[in-house]
Amino acid sequence: MRLYEYEAKKIFEMEGIPVPKGEKIEDADPDVFNKYEKIALKSQVLSGGRGKAGGIKFPETVAEFQKDVNELLGSKIKDFEVKSFLVEEKLDIVQELYCGITISRADGKVVVMASSEGGVDIEQVAKESPGKIVSEKIDIRKGLPIYKAIDMVRRIGIRGKKELEVANILVKLYSIFRKYDAETAEINPLVITKDDRIVAADAKLDIYDEALFRHPEFKREDEFFTELEREARRHGLGYVEMDGNIGVIGNGAGLNIATLDILRFYGGKPANFLEVSGRTYMLADKALEIVLKNPRVKIVMGNFFGSISRCDVIAQGISNAIKEGKVTAPLIVAMRGNGAEEGRKILKEVSVEVYEDDKVAAKKVIEILGHVEGN
Amino acid sequence: MSILIDKNSKILVQGITGKEGQFHTKKMLKYGTNIMAGVTPGKFGQEIEGVPVYDTINEALENHEIDASVIFVPKQMAKTAAYEAINARISLIVLLTEGVPVQDAMIIREEAKEKNITLIGPNTPGLVTVDECLVGIMDTSRIQKGNVGVVSRSGTLTTEITAGLLDYGFGQTTVIGIGGDPVPGSTFLDIIKLFDKDKNTKACVLVGEVGGTMEEDAAKYIKDVMDKPVVAYIAGKNVPKGKRLGHAGAIVEGGTGTAENKIKALENAGVRVADVPWEVGKYLKEVF
Repeated sequence: MRLYEYEAKKIFEMEGIPVPKGEKIEDADPDVFNKYEKIALKSQVLSGGRGKAGGIKFPETVAEFQKDVNELLGSKIKDFEVKSFLVEEKLDIVQELYCGITISRADGKVVVMASSEGGVDIEQVAKESPGKIVSEKIDIRKGLPIYKAIDMVRRIGIRGKKELEVANILVKLYSIFRKYDAETAEINPLVITKDDRIVAADAKLDIYDEALFRHPEFKREDEFFTELEREARRHGLGYVEMDGNIGVIGNGAGLNIATLDILRFYGGKPANFLEVSGRTYMLADKALEIVLKNPRVKIVMGNFFGSISRCDVIAQGISNAIKEGKVTAPLIVAMRGNGAEEGRKILKEVSVEVYEDDKVAAKKVIEILGHVEGN
Repeated sequence: MSILIDKNSKILVQGITGKEGQFHTKKMLKYGTNIMAGVTPGKFGQEIEGVPVYDTINEALENHEIDASVIFVPKQMAKTAAYEAINARISLIVLLTEGVPVQDAMIIREEAKEKNITLIGPNTPGLVTVDECLVGIMDTSRIQKGNVGVVSRSGTLTTEITAGLLDYGFGQTTVIGIGGDPVPGSTFLDIIKLFDKDKNTKACVLVGEVGGTMEEDAAKYIKDVMDKPVVAYIAGKNVPKGKRLGHAGAIVEGGTGTAENKIKALENAGVRVADVPWEVGKYLKEVF
């Protein structure tokens, strides 16, 4: 779960990292504008690159402020709707640094990075001037000691009093990374101002989804997901929307991903990924309902290989959905494995076209789609 | 011998008295696994299918020799359960649990590596050395003894693929799930190395998916060192970026982790990569 900038900044501030003076707003209150000498108006959206997309403005009068807020409110920045802003004192920037902490999947280490090239996409810096990034791999059990942080900051060219301040910020960022079960914690840019303040001008904190159970204060809808994806998540279903017209349900994440491959192999375009298994295999009817809520879906393929998740239980769920009139598109199912014989019988009783082999089922889906689209 | 477990391996079940623990203890025993003991704190004195239950691993070790532990414990307690097994110096630990926070997984991975303990998982169905030993919850109904080693990130897809291998007359030595999480205890590279050294395994099947660079790392070893033929299937061509596909580790982030990249790296290493699961057996027949 990616936190909004204002949420991340609240945490950073609480943990001792200086942030600009500011507040969250949802409308153009002139009193807020008048609190500050100069302001930065920052749209709170979860996408990156919002500056380039026009999501950050520096209005100089109340009128401009109101115009900017009203134009941006309700607009979309890279598919994300602007519902709120962070109004902050505009910083007098002398230098922009970068601090970031993330996970290295390959060796299971924590990667701590610092750079004197802040304010730019770090992946761009990594490509164009990798020498400007100092990076350390940390054993997560050992943490980031202050002397390592100081060495890193020294190597990006910051010396003197600021060296210790920046190093301390790096150490605090690391402890936030650990405390909040983060995948990524980043300050880009970490700004040095004209009056020698060191301030986190932006704040990014991504909490590992599966760890949210230990952070109940973030128990809320994750706006990173589409509406249907959120509805699925409310039921514990793993659903990812895609842009095709063939709905997909299946048991097992791997088999489900493979079903996307299989459909493409025969020239089809999947409309979604949806796994019904493990913790959720009794939710086949809810799953079907969600798949069909996507208006692009013209046909649905079910691909089930029963093992722990039994096919007959899944088939019963599908049968219930059909009997309740919820299945409004052709449904082709491939079913084999544990409980498959019973499952296929249950489905035949409600007139579902059912096969053992997913190769055959996929071909049939494409064939029927051809007829449906031909109409 | 196949890899990691065989008919002589002595197994401990952590969380044996829970619903899953009991059900799968029965299933593992039926397969022929030597389950020596189980642990659930507070349940000393109970017996599950004739297997004695102890309060701690140390207590179990006072009474039995143990080669491997399999963990049936919810995510909140997974790290502690793994710690207990690591501290007891059990040489193979199979952590089945799904939903383990990645930082917990990183901690236990470091602990295990430091003590030279093999950790499999989290988020895995476990492993089976065919006709000898089942450790975990894997479906064994479409697995047969043979000479192909199978290593996979996905449970259901593994069963689909081993069933497909049987159609071409290929059986398996060991079938092992390394799990669907971003930082597994053992990687494809770790397991491929073991299969390479195993005299019973004559070829390998690698079942990968989007996310991370494990397949690419294994490809380097396959190219530089390995002589045995390898066939792969990598799930998830053309999937949307930035969204997890079921498994916590199945996500394309920035430019990293695409199926296309993995396929390229593997093909460069001489691995035949199937476009769809049913082609794996066909390609294996061509190279082996």
